[in-house]
Amino acid sequence: MSWTLALPEIVLAVAGLAILAGGVLPKRDTFFPASMAVVGALLLTAVLVIGQEEGTAFGGQYVSDSFSSFMKLLTILGGALGLLLALDWNEKEGLGRFEFSVLVLYATLGGMVMVSANDLMTTYLGLELLSLPLYVVAAFNRDDARSSEAGLKYFVLGALASGLLLYGASLIYGFAGSTNFDRLAEALSAGQQASPGLVVGIVFVIAALAFKVSAVPFHMWTPDVYEGAPTPVTAFFAMAPKVAAIALLARVLLGPFGDVAAQWQQIMLLVSMGSMVLGAFAAIGQRNIKRLMAYSSIGHVGYALMGVAVASDEGLRGLLVYMAIYILMNVGTFAVIVAMRRGGRAVEQVDDLAGLGRTDPGTAMWMAVFMFSMAGIPPLAGFFGKLYVFLAAVQGGFWVLATVGVLTSVVSAYYYLRIVKVMYFDQGVGALDRAPASLSVVMAGTGLFNLLFILWPAPILAAAGAAAAALLA
Amino acid sequence: MGTAGATTDMTIGLSHYLTVGAILLVLGILGIFLNRKNVIVILMSVELILLSVNLNFVAFSAALGDLAGQVFAMFVLTVAAAEAAIGLAIVVVYFRNTGSIEVEDISTLRG
Repeated sequence: MSWTLALPEIVLAVAGLAILAGGVLPKRDTFFPASMAVVGALLLTAVLVIGQEEGTAFGGQYVSDSFSSFMKLLTILGGALGLLLALDWNEKEGLGRFEFSVLVLYATLGGMVMVSANDLMTTYLGLELLSLPLYVVAAFNRDDARSSEAGLKYFVLGALASGLLLYGASLIYGFAGSTNFDRLAEALSAGQQASPGLVVGIVFVIAALAFKVSAVPFHMWTPDVYEGAPTPVTAFFAMAPKVAAIALLARVLLGPFGDVAAQWQQIMLLVSMGSMVLGAFAAIGQRNIKRLMAYSSIGHVGYALMGVAVASDEGLRGLLVYMAIYILMNVGTFAVIVAMRRGGRAVEQVDDLAGLGRTDPGTAMWMAVFMFSMAGIPPLAGFFGKLYVFLAAVQGGFWVLATVGVLTSVVSAYYYLRIVKVMYFDQGVGALDRAPASLSVVMAGTGLFNLLFILWPAPILAAAGAAAAALLA
Repeated sequence: MGTAGATTDMTIGLSHYLTVGAILLVLGILGIFLNRKNVIVILMSVELILLSVNLNFVAFSAALGDLAGQVFAMFVLTVAAAEAAIGLAIVVVYFRNTGSIEVEDISTLRG
């Protein structure tokens, strides 16, 4: 039996059950120990992922290759860092309940199942295992009307998206005769014309996954949910689910549907360009920093999807590098946003950062690093993320796409640099509270990564190259 | 799909099931977007979409002579139950905070 290939997922699921049981039994508050246990379980899973063999398991339902390992490590990183951001925040907001950490664990597990999916059934189950805990954590601040509204909105639109995914899956199953990716690839590579029913099915699946990664035109929930959800949850939303859904999108489109690329390439080009343009222009007028980050994440998804749209080896490698760098600059930015408190109360307007350069130079410096990195200014890591996808677009002859990408990153630099200007040149109404140690550590770690990526980019580039080659082999 | 002849034309074939499935899907989507009254109706619309999917899967499964579609339908049924439970729980939390489940009231977050 080859079930040992899924050992990381199995270990994580069992650890989740054990932590759930361990959290219920004592009468005391168990949020901190449960969170530490979840982070430990995620680290153990990461080690297992690194040592995993390659192959398919469960009758072809599940696949393990270097692409899945790469994306799983990113998903685990997103989950663990998202939980670290929540440690201090949840205690201060009275949300210190151990269920939070278990929900984060299961959402991460769902993401890992999605990444390893080799069948539409596994895809659906992984997507739901990811989504159901996310609906709950979005509404986790249950006494806050904004949080429950965010949860409700996310639930309604998320349920619609999984309905569309299923409808697409049913059409693909009916018109291609199988739900397994390998057999779909065989059926579609025979050289015959893709039937209209199949194309409609693919479009439905793309729409559902575009919803999960919040790409235009399925982005409308993102700003509302990002603003309403508790801030560490927003950070988590911007990391693990996006990585998992982008991995799945890449695997579905470049794997089984790689031979009918002509049918979906135009759609992906429009989705990518639309996301870049909307992310650049809609964020300009935002005063709430969580809303601003929502539009920023839409823009970043547009750049990442460029790598899928060009449908080439270089494009996929660019996508993987982009996601790795995106996670690490995003978590740093959110560490600063989570730390934004004045007199013990959380504040979330851009103007609340005014004067931070004088009152808290350390935090302001890291925030400036993250903003420059997000804007894609060399020599920071964010520049290299964009460089590789733009290179892939140019090599593939997609000049329009590359031009739109460059122009929109110039536009988006405006609102990133405005934050730096507010921090260093505006007069503040009062100092923000000192950032707690856990957040300072995250800021420093990710900030150093962004600064020093240029000196030692080889490991990430090599891993991304191997992962891209594994998927397109 | 029937051959020529008055009696066989009456048989219910794959295309009939697919048509019903497509109609249910459209009704479900319209129910989500045109509904201005009540969040519970949205939950019902989501269930309608999932039902249309199940109908598709079972019809294709019978037409292809392949069991995978029916297995998929079973998974959809179980997950739909979990999804409805979470949806209702979130609606209850929302109602406690605002005292209303009117769709038009769900608009404090915008900008």
